[in-house]
Amino acid sequence: MSVLETRDLTKDFAGFRAVDRVSLALDDGKVHALVGPNGAGKTTLFHMLTGFVKPSSGSIVAFGADVTGLPPYRISRMGIARSFQITSLFDRRTALEHVVLALHVADPVSLHFWTPERAVARYRERAIDILEEVGLGLVAARTADSLPYGQKRALELALALALEPRVLLLDEPTSGMSLEDVQRTIALVRHVRAGRTVLLVEHNMGVVAELADRVIVMQQGRVIADGGYEHVRHDPAVIAAYLGQIDA
Amino acid sequence: MTRRDIALLVVGIGIALVLPRVLYSALALRIVLWALFAVSVDLLLGYGGMLSFGHAAFWGAGGYAAALLAKAYQLPFPLAALGGIAVAMALAAPIGYLAIRRRGIYFAMVTLAFAQMLFYVVNELRDLTGGENGVQGVPKILPGISLGRTSDFYYAALPLVLIGFFVAYRIVHSPFGHVLVSIRDNEARAQALGYPTQRYKLIAFVLSGGIAGLAGSLFAIGNSFASLELLHWTTSGSAVLMTVLGGMGTLWGGGVGAAIVLLLEDSLSSVTEAPGIVTGAILIAIVLGFRRGLAPALHTAAVLAWARLRAMRAAREA
Repeated sequence: MSVLETRDLTKDFAGFRAVDRVSLALDDGKVHALVGPNGAGKTTLFHMLTGFVKPSSGSIVAFGADVTGLPPYRISRMGIARSFQITSLFDRRTALEHVVLALHVADPVSLHFWTPERAVARYRERAIDILEEVGLGLVAARTADSLPYGQKRALELALALALEPRVLLLDEPTSGMSLEDVQRTIALVRHVRAGRTVLLVEHNMGVVAELADRVIVMQQGRVIADGGYEHVRHDPAVIAAYLGQIDA
Repeated sequence: MTRRDIALLVVGIGIALVLPRVLYSALALRIVLWALFAVSVDLLLGYGGMLSFGHAAFWGAGGYAAALLAKAYQLPFPLAALGGIAVAMALAAPIGYLAIRRRGIYFAMVTLAFAQMLFYVVNELRDLTGGENGVQGVPKILPGISLGRTSDFYYAALPLVLIGFFVAYRIVHSPFGHVLVSIRDNEARAQALGYPTQRYKLIAFVLSGGIAGLAGSLFAIGNSFASLELLHWTTSGSAVLMTVLGGMGTLWGGGVGAAIVLLLEDSLSSVTEAPGIVTGAILIAIVLGFRRGLAPALHTAAVLAWARLRAMRAAREA
């Protein structure tokens, strides 16, 4: 049984088929990279896996259960956490408050509108541990909007980790980063992959080569190649797909 | 509670206690009840990011329900108000369920549409509601205590009003309140963290409806009268205006806004023929001058005054 798999997953947008009958099964404990030219359907597939886009047809199975069409919060609660491509944080909250919020999601106290806020203070210690894990220990008290870009991305990752996910879906974790931040992120993903299945959408082939056990190449909504980095790199279909694209 | 919260609390209760002595009782009662109404709007708008343009539905439903209960069963007014709260919340649940599926202006339109619907329904149910005549002669009852004068009712109702404020404060400063603000700021992110955001928004909507219902109940009983004006769309508009004027997302801003609007209307009605125009002009000036509302500006002024006072004292001692 695969932790996460798709069967003939398809998404149509008003006459345009963004994802075309994709059947994929993630390998337990492996790092997968989803690559392909712009418009290949990677992001749409990613959004379907996380519940943000409803599939037109086909199904998604997580831990053996059909999760097709479930809302994002249900997917997240199953242990499938995602990060966002465009940094998506609560700007005026501190880094610590972010992680505390992620930690108490499954605690019934979250719905208690009659309880004082200190009821969730007990999550702070664990939150600080997670922030230290991603290198944000020293900026725990700073608001998200005051953090430099690289640290915002690290906070994204901290939020995903706080959910103690078994599957980690990362949407372009290094996009727009300086070289130094990219190296830091690679090290971080290596660190957090332990015991988890990871899928990352990634444009930076250097990052893919460093991290991915398995590379899935998409073009025009379909999977055109699937395998190890070296194998995929020499696949004629992949070479053709990328040569057809000037900015690849 | 921080020291600032405690200071605000003491000042707030102090003002509420002396208000009928400074103004006349009927105006004081109007101010505290509209303040509570504005707070219920702020709970949704300032903390949940949902602009309800139909809160008159809950203020009015509470008012009518409490008035009818008090009149039909000669109920003590706190019990009638409880009934008003229950009816307002029962109404808020289905309206909220449908409204939270929309955002921004569409949310406002859905709430407005339901409020208008309620207005016409109440007008049509003449046998029960009295139609355009309203429910008249609503008794103010509290066993063992005479509530003949408006000031008597003011002090009898004040504890309930303060409980209403406290509930709003408690909600905002609870884990639930924090999640609600997170949903306001970034709903997709809150969903990705695993929060069922619709559920939070619906609960906030129903709680807000309940607080509006409490305010409306006391308003109708205090006036011994429930009329269609309670349900009119301009009533919703006034509550939003007070909230924005005082400052969204502050809770106590609603109180400031209510006080200013009602004091202006009251003082101008005796000196000019067209109080609406003058009030409107002054309100526009305030909104343009203080983008975030008056409450944050007042808070800054208070902090500055306090700092200056301390500096002067330090200078004198030196």
